[in-house]
Amino acid sequence: MWRVFPDRMILLGTMVKYFLGLNELRSSWDQVFTAFWQRYPNPYSKHVLTEDILYREVKTTDHKLLTRRLLTKTNRLPRWAERFFPANVAHAVYVLEDSIIDVHKKTLTTYTWNINHSTVMSVEERCVYCENSGNKNWTEIRREAWVSSRVFGFSRPIQEFGLARFKSNVTKAIKGYEYILARMQGDLPTRTLVETAKEATEKAKETALAAKERAKDLANKAATSKKQQFV
Amino acid sequence: MNSVGEECTEMKREYDQCFNRWFAEKFLKGEGSGDPCNELFQRYRHCVQKAIKDKEIPVDGVEFMEPSKDKPEADAGS
Repeated sequence: MWRVFPDRMILLGTMVKYFLGLNELRSSWDQVFTAFWQRYPNPYSKHVLTEDILYREVKTTDHKLLTRRLLTKTNRLPRWAERFFPANVAHAVYVLEDSIIDVHKKTLTTYTWNINHSTVMSVEERCVYCENSGNKNWTEIRREAWVSSRVFGFSRPIQEFGLARFKSNVTKAIKGYEYILARMQGDLPTRTLVETAKEATEKAKETALAAKERAKDLANKAATSKKQQFV
Repeated sequence: MNSVGEECTEMKREYDQCFNRWFAEKFLKGEGSGDPCNELFQRYRHCVQKAIKDKEIPVDGVEFMEPSKDKPEADAGS
């Protein structure tokens, strides 16, 4: 379910695209928080290249976990936007993700933003994960994002593109969670079933081909031996 | 998942394995003990920090949970 309020607003003199969305995961908060650390790689995270933990602190008194994660992501761009990236500059985007897990409150708050290419496009995201008030076995994600660009004369199309790409990555993130959560709970995700079926078909084809070749070979041998008999 | 420093990926895998177990079995259940994976973390972290330095990834100078504070606003309104 999506509730999106795209809006334009003035923030410190720079035009910013604002996004607000709610997602529901049909797993309990503790399962989702566990999945949060195991979400990469998954079949929907091909745009995430590397993941590292830079900082981690356990606050034993109030039972919180503070973490900073560094991610490297691909920078998919439309043709018209490539001119803003010098050819010699690595296209990978470095992203920092700070998070606080509060076990008492059962919340996970994340702040995520890119640390390079931020003049061309800056994406800041804030997520709060919490137990669904109506169903304790579900977890709610409230996601806010701010997309801005400081490229003179092009900030608007860049922001539009940035927001569209952000939304498509949100869809992938949710699918990724569903995949990881299903795997944690021992269900074989559909994708794997499809892949298994594909593999089986390929294998059957190969076996059939091998059998055919073998039959040909045998027939040839038989023909040769027959010929030899006639000689 | 791969580390940004190829040579750190194996250390990361070992640390992740230790952390994930502690997180699910102790931390989420409210057990007050600290993170027992610190030694593995320090070894892995040392490797990553070197990779970050080599690749000149600009990770420094941002307060925890406060990216906006560091955002340049110099050309605002110009």
